[in-house]
Amino acid sequence: MSNFTTFFAMGGYGAYIWPAYGLTAFAFVGMLVWTLAALRARRREEKALAAVTRPRREARR
Amino acid sequence: MTTAPTRQARVSLLHRYANPAAFGRLSARILPWSTAIAVLLLGAGLYFALFDSPPDYQQGNTVRIMYLHVPAAIMSELVYGAMAAAAAAGFIWKHALADLFVKAAAPLGAAFTLICLVTGSLWGRPMWGAWWVWDARLTSELVLFFLYLGYIALVDAFDDPERGLKAGAILVLVGVVDLPIIKFSVDWWNTLHQPSSLMSLSGPKIHGSMLLPLFLMIGGFVAFFLTVVLLRLESELLARRIRAWRSAAGDAS
Repeated sequence: MSNFTTFFAMGGYGAYIWPAYGLTAFAFVGMLVWTLAALRARRREEKALAAVTRPRREARR
Repeated sequence: MTTAPTRQARVSLLHRYANPAAFGRLSARILPWSTAIAVLLLGAGLYFALFDSPPDYQQGNTVRIMYLHVPAAIMSELVYGAMAAAAAAGFIWKHALADLFVKAAAPLGAAFTLICLVTGSLWGRPMWGAWWVWDARLTSELVLFFLYLGYIALVDAFDDPERGLKAGAILVLVGVVDLPIIKFSVDWWNTLHQPSSLMSLSGPKIHGSMLLPLFLMIGGFVAFFLTVVLLRLESELLARRIRAWRSAAGDAS
Protein backbone atom coordinates (compact mmCIF):
# COMPACT_ATOMS: atom_id res chain seq x y z
CA MET A 1 0.00 0.00 0.00
CA SER A 2 2.76 2.42 0.94
CA ASN A 3 4.53 1.37 -2.24
CA PHE A 4 1.63 2.65 -4.27
CA THR A 5 1.45 5.86 -2.26
CA THR A 6 5.15 6.41 -2.81
CA PHE A 7 4.76 5.74 -6.51
CA PHE A 8 1.76 8.02 -6.79
CA ALA A 9 3.55 10.83 -4.95
CA MET A 10 6.35 10.76 -7.55
CA GLY A 11 8.83 12.34 -5.15
CA GLY A 12 6.54 15.29 -4.53
CA TYR A 13 5.90 16.05 -8.19
CA GLY A 14 2.74 14.00 -8.53
CA ALA A 15 0.60 17.11 -8.82
CA TYR A 16 2.37 17.94 -12.10
CA ILE A 17 3.02 14.51 -13.53
CA TRP A 18 -0.41 12.94 -13.20
CA PRO A 19 -2.36 15.83 -14.76
CA ALA A 20 0.14 15.75 -17.63
CA TYR A 21 -0.51 12.05 -18.27
CA GLY A 22 -4.22 12.41 -17.61
CA LEU A 23 -4.72 15.28 -20.04
CA THR A 24 -2.67 13.53 -22.70
CA ALA A 25 -4.71 10.35 -22.33
CA PHE A 26 -7.91 12.39 -22.46
CA ALA A 27 -6.77 14.10 -25.68
CA PHE A 28 -5.84 10.79 -27.32
CA VAL A 29 -9.06 9.05 -26.34
CA GLY A 30 -11.06 12.13 -27.28
CA MET A 31 -9.52 12.32 -30.75
CA LEU A 32 -10.17 8.64 -31.34
CA VAL A 33 -13.75 8.67 -30.09
CA TRP A 34 -14.62 11.85 -32.00
CA THR A 35 -13.15 10.46 -35.21
CA LEU A 36 -14.90 7.09 -34.91
CA ALA A 37 -18.24 8.69 -34.06
CA ALA A 38 -18.12 10.98 -37.09
CA LEU A 39 -17.02 8.13 -39.35
CA ARG A 40 -19.82 5.90 -38.13
CA ALA A 41 -22.41 8.66 -38.59
CA ARG A 42 -21.23 9.40 -42.12
CA ARG A 43 -21.25 5.71 -43.08
CA ARG A 44 -24.85 5.47 -41.90
CA GLU A 45 -25.78 8.59 -43.81
CA GLU A 46 -24.17 7.36 -47.01
CA LYS A 47 -26.02 4.08 -46.74
CA ALA A 48 -29.30 5.90 -46.22
CA LEU A 49 -28.71 8.19 -49.17
CA ALA A 50 -27.72 5.32 -51.44
CA ALA A 51 -30.91 3.49 -50.48
CA VAL A 52 -33.03 6.53 -51.33
CA THR A 53 -31.43 7.52 -54.64
CA ARG A 54 -31.22 4.06 -56.12
CA PRO A 55 -35.01 3.38 -56.13
CA ARG A 56 -35.55 6.90 -57.47
CA ARG A 57 -33.21 6.11 -60.35
CA GLU A 58 -35.12 2.87 -61.02
CA ALA A 59 -38.40 4.81 -61.06
CA ARG A 60 -37.07 7.26 -63.64
CA ARG A 61 -36.15 4.52 -66.13
CA MET B 1 -1.16 1.40 -86.45
CA THR B 2 0.67 1.72 -83.17
CA THR B 3 -1.12 3.53 -80.40
CA ALA B 4 0.29 5.49 -77.52
CA PRO B 5 0.06 3.78 -74.11
CA THR B 6 -3.49 4.03 -72.85
CA ARG B 7 -4.35 6.64 -70.26
CA GLN B 8 -4.99 3.92 -67.72
CA ALA B 9 -1.52 2.47 -68.09
CA ARG B 10 0.06 5.83 -67.38
CA VAL B 11 -1.87 6.52 -64.14
CA SER B 12 0.73 6.66 -61.44
CA LEU B 13 0.57 4.76 -58.19
CA LEU B 14 -0.14 7.91 -56.24
CA HIS B 15 -3.01 8.97 -58.41
CA ARG B 16 -4.62 5.56 -58.17
CA TYR B 17 -5.27 6.20 -54.49
CA ALA B 18 -6.96 9.47 -55.28
CA ASN B 19 -9.91 7.24 -56.09
CA PRO B 20 -11.82 6.97 -52.81
CA ALA B 21 -12.69 3.33 -53.27
CA ALA B 22 -9.06 2.46 -53.85
CA PHE B 23 -8.07 4.53 -50.83
CA GLY B 24 -10.60 2.65 -48.70
CA ARG B 25 -8.95 -0.62 -49.66
CA LEU B 26 -5.46 0.72 -48.94
CA SER B 27 -6.41 2.09 -45.55
CA ALA B 28 -8.22 -1.15 -44.67
CA ARG B 29 -4.92 -2.93 -45.15
CA ILE B 30 -2.82 -0.44 -43.20
CA LEU B 31 -5.15 0.24 -40.27
CA PRO B 32 -4.88 -3.08 -38.43
CA TRP B 33 -1.10 -2.79 -38.47
CA SER B 34 -0.87 0.84 -37.47
CA THR B 35 -3.39 0.25 -34.68
CA ALA B 36 -1.50 -2.73 -33.33
CA ILE B 37 1.83 -0.90 -33.53
CA ALA B 38 0.35 2.13 -31.80
CA VAL B 39 -1.04 0.05 -28.95
CA LEU B 40 2.21 -1.86 -28.51
CA LEU B 41 4.51 1.15 -28.65
CA LEU B 42 2.33 3.34 -26.43
CA GLY B 43 1.82 0.50 -23.96
CA ALA B 44 5.52 -0.30 -23.76
CA GLY B 45 6.40 3.38 -23.73
CA LEU B 46 4.06 4.12 -20.83
CA TYR B 47 5.37 1.15 -18.88
CA PHE B 48 8.96 2.31 -19.20
CA ALA B 49 8.09 5.97 -18.78
CA LEU B 50 6.21 5.50 -15.52
CA PHE B 51 7.62 2.34 -13.97
CA ASP B 52 10.89 1.22 -15.45
CA SER B 53 13.03 4.30 -15.91
CA PRO B 54 15.06 6.26 -13.39
CA PRO B 55 14.29 9.72 -12.06
CA ASP B 56 16.69 12.40 -13.25
CA TYR B 57 19.42 13.36 -10.80
CA GLN B 58 18.54 17.03 -11.27
CA GLN B 59 14.87 17.01 -12.20
CA GLY B 60 13.69 14.03 -10.24
CA ASN B 61 10.49 12.44 -11.45
CA THR B 62 9.42 15.48 -13.46
CA VAL B 63 11.62 14.09 -16.22
CA ARG B 64 8.76 11.66 -16.84
CA ILE B 65 6.84 14.55 -18.35
CA MET B 66 9.50 14.62 -21.06
CA TYR B 67 8.12 11.31 -22.36
CA LEU B 68 4.92 13.15 -23.28
CA HIS B 69 6.23 16.62 -23.99
CA VAL B 70 8.98 15.78 -26.49
CA PRO B 71 6.94 13.33 -28.61
CA ALA B 72 4.06 15.83 -28.67
CA ALA B 73 6.42 18.62 -29.72
CA ILE B 74 7.90 16.47 -32.47
CA MET B 75 4.43 15.54 -33.70
CA SER B 76 3.20 19.14 -33.62
CA GLU B 77 5.90 20.02 -36.15
CA LEU B 78 5.86 16.77 -38.11
CA VAL B 79 2.12 16.96 -38.70
CA TYR B 80 2.31 20.58 -39.81
CA GLY B 81 5.19 19.72 -42.13
CA ALA B 82 3.14 16.90 -43.63
CA MET B 83 0.19 19.25 -44.02
CA ALA B 84 2.38 21.79 -45.80
CA ALA B 85 3.78 19.11 -48.11
CA ALA B 86 0.26 17.92 -48.88
CA ALA B 87 -0.95 21.47 -49.47
CA ALA B 88 1.90 22.03 -51.92
CA ALA B 89 1.15 18.70 -53.62
CA GLY B 90 -2.48 19.75 -53.92
CA PHE B 91 -1.47 22.89 -55.79
CA ILE B 92 1.22 21.30 -57.92
CA TRP B 93 -0.36 17.96 -58.85
CA LYS B 94 -4.01 18.65 -58.04
CA HIS B 95 -4.15 15.35 -56.18
CA ALA B 96 -7.69 14.71 -54.98
CA LEU B 97 -6.65 13.45 -51.54
CA ALA B 98 -4.02 16.10 -50.79
CA ASP B 99 -6.29 18.87 -49.50
CA LEU B 100 -8.43 16.36 -47.64
CA PHE B 101 -5.33 15.06 -45.86
CA VAL B 102 -4.58 18.59 -44.67
CA LYS B 103 -8.10 18.89 -43.27
CA ALA B 104 -7.94 15.44 -41.69
CA ALA B 105 -4.59 16.07 -40.02
CA ALA B 106 -5.24 19.56 -38.65
CA PRO B 107 -7.20 18.71 -35.47
CA LEU B 108 -4.64 16.04 -34.60
CA GLY B 109 -1.77 18.49 -35.04
CA ALA B 110 -3.62 20.99 -32.89
CA ALA B 111 -4.09 18.36 -30.19
CA PHE B 112 -0.40 17.48 -30.20
CA THR B 113 0.54 21.16 -30.01
CA LEU B 114 -1.82 21.66 -27.07
CA ILE B 115 -0.39 18.61 -25.30
CA CYS B 116 3.11 20.02 -25.89
CA LEU B 117 2.18 23.40 -24.45
CA VAL B 118 0.28 22.05 -21.42
CA THR B 119 2.82 19.37 -20.48
CA GLY B 120 5.50 21.98 -21.01
CA SER B 121 3.81 24.24 -18.47
CA LEU B 122 3.38 21.37 -16.03
CA TRP B 123 7.08 20.66 -16.38
CA GLY B 124 8.14 24.28 -16.32
CA ARG B 125 6.31 25.20 -13.14
CA PRO B 126 8.28 22.89 -10.82
CA MET B 127 11.55 23.21 -12.73
CA TRP B 128 11.67 26.84 -13.79
CA GLY B 129 9.19 28.27 -11.32
CA ALA B 130 7.03 29.56 -14.16
CA TRP B 131 3.93 28.21 -15.93
CA TRP B 132 4.80 30.32 -18.95
CA VAL B 133 7.47 32.62 -20.30
CA TRP B 134 7.42 34.53 -23.54
CA ASP B 135 10.65 33.04 -24.75
CA ALA B 136 11.21 32.32 -28.44
CA ARG B 137 10.42 28.62 -28.43
CA LEU B 138 7.28 28.74 -26.31
CA THR B 139 5.97 31.75 -28.21
CA SER B 140 6.59 30.25 -31.64
CA GLU B 141 4.97 26.97 -30.55
CA LEU B 142 1.94 28.96 -29.38
CA VAL B 143 1.85 30.61 -32.81
CA LEU B 144 1.82 27.12 -34.32
CA PHE B 145 -1.22 26.30 -32.19
CA PHE B 146 -2.96 29.41 -33.51
CA LEU B 147 -2.05 28.42 -37.07
CA TYR B 148 -3.79 25.07 -36.59
CA LEU B 149 -6.87 26.70 -35.10
CA GLY B 150 -6.83 29.35 -37.82
CA TYR B 151 -6.73 26.70 -40.52
CA ILE B 152 -9.65 24.78 -39.01
CA ALA B 153 -11.72 27.94 -38.64
CA LEU B 154 -10.88 29.20 -42.13
CA VAL B 155 -11.82 25.99 -43.92
CA ASP B 156 -15.05 25.83 -41.97
CA ALA B 157 -15.96 29.42 -42.84
CA PHE B 158 -16.54 28.76 -46.53
CA ASP B 159 -19.88 27.64 -47.94
CA ASP B 160 -18.11 25.93 -50.82
CA PRO B 161 -15.95 23.24 -49.19
CA GLU B 162 -13.50 23.04 -52.09
CA ARG B 163 -12.75 26.77 -51.90
CA GLY B 164 -12.35 26.45 -48.16
CA LEU B 165 -9.77 23.73 -48.66
CA LYS B 166 -7.85 25.87 -51.13
CA ALA B 167 -7.84 28.88 -48.83
CA GLY B 168 -6.72 26.68 -45.96
CA ALA B 169 -3.93 25.22 -48.05
CA ILE B 170 -2.60 28.72 -48.70
CA LEU B 171 -2.67 29.51 -44.99
CA VAL B 172 -0.75 26.33 -44.19
CA LEU B 173 1.94 27.18 -46.75
CA VAL B 174 2.28 30.75 -45.50
CA GLY B 175 2.58 29.54 -41.91
CA VAL B 176 5.27 26.99 -42.61
CA VAL B 177 7.90 29.65 -41.87
CA ASP B 178 7.09 29.05 -38.19
CA LEU B 179 8.63 25.59 -38.27
CA PRO B 180 12.29 26.59 -38.67
CA ILE B 181 11.68 29.41 -36.19
CA ILE B 182 10.54 26.88 -33.59
CA LYS B 183 13.36 24.51 -34.41
CA PHE B 184 16.18 27.06 -34.30
CA SER B 185 14.71 29.42 -31.71
CA VAL B 186 16.85 27.92 -28.96
CA ASP B 187 19.97 28.55 -31.06
CA TRP B 188 19.09 31.99 -32.43
CA TRP B 189 17.83 33.57 -29.22
CA ASN B 190 18.56 33.52 -25.53
CA THR B 191 15.81 31.20 -24.36
CA LEU B 192 14.73 29.75 -21.06
CA HIS B 193 13.77 26.59 -22.91
CA GLN B 194 16.80 24.38 -23.05
CA PRO B 195 18.76 23.97 -26.27
CA SER B 196 18.78 20.76 -28.25
CA SER B 197 19.68 18.13 -25.71
CA LEU B 198 18.81 14.86 -27.37
CA MET B 199 21.24 14.33 -30.18
CA SER B 200 24.63 15.71 -31.01
CA LEU B 201 27.26 14.82 -33.57
CA SER B 202 28.98 12.58 -31.05
CA GLY B 203 25.80 10.64 -30.28
CA PRO B 204 22.82 10.88 -27.94
CA LYS B 205 23.17 13.12 -24.95
CA ILE B 206 20.78 11.36 -22.63
CA HIS B 207 21.13 7.97 -21.01
CA GLY B 208 19.82 4.84 -22.70
CA SER B 209 17.40 4.13 -19.87
CA MET B 210 15.65 7.37 -20.75
CA LEU B 211 16.16 7.13 -24.48
CA LEU B 212 14.15 3.90 -24.59
CA PRO B 213 10.80 5.20 -23.26
CA LEU B 214 11.34 8.38 -25.26
CA PHE B 215 11.73 6.55 -28.56
CA LEU B 216 8.88 4.17 -27.74
CA MET B 217 6.59 7.10 -27.06
CA ILE B 218 7.68 8.95 -30.20
CA GLY B 219 6.97 5.82 -32.24
CA GLY B 220 3.65 5.35 -30.48
CA PHE B 221 2.60 8.94 -31.17
CA VAL B 222 3.50 8.54 -34.85
CA ALA B 223 1.56 5.28 -35.15
CA PHE B 224 -1.41 6.80 -33.34
CA PHE B 225 -1.40 9.77 -35.70
CA LEU B 226 -1.20 7.51 -38.75
CA THR B 227 -4.13 5.41 -37.53
CA VAL B 228 -6.39 8.31 -36.69
CA VAL B 229 -5.53 10.40 -39.75
CA LEU B 230 -6.40 7.47 -42.03
CA LEU B 231 -9.78 7.19 -40.29
CA ARG B 232 -10.30 10.94 -40.59
CA LEU B 233 -9.34 10.88 -44.28
CA GLU B 234 -11.89 8.11 -44.92
CA SER B 235 -14.42 10.24 -43.09
CA GLU B 236 -13.64 13.30 -45.23
CA LEU B 237 -13.90 11.27 -48.43
CA LEU B 238 -17.27 9.98 -47.27
CA ALA B 239 -18.44 13.49 -46.48
CA ARG B 240 -17.49 14.56 -49.98
CA ARG B 241 -19.44 11.66 -51.46
CA ILE B 242 -22.45 12.47 -49.30
CA ARG B 243 -22.38 16.05 -50.61
CA ALA B 244 -22.23 14.67 -54.15
CA TRP B 245 -25.15 12.33 -53.46
CA ARG B 246 -27.13 15.20 -51.99
CA SER B 247 -26.57 17.53 -54.92
CA ALA B 248 -27.34 14.71 -57.37
CA ALA B 249 -30.54 13.94 -55.47
CA GLY B 250 -31.32 17.66 -55.44
CA ASP B 251 -30.90 17.90 -59.23
CA ALA B 252 -33.04 14.83 -59.81
CA SER B 253 -36.05 16.03 -57.84
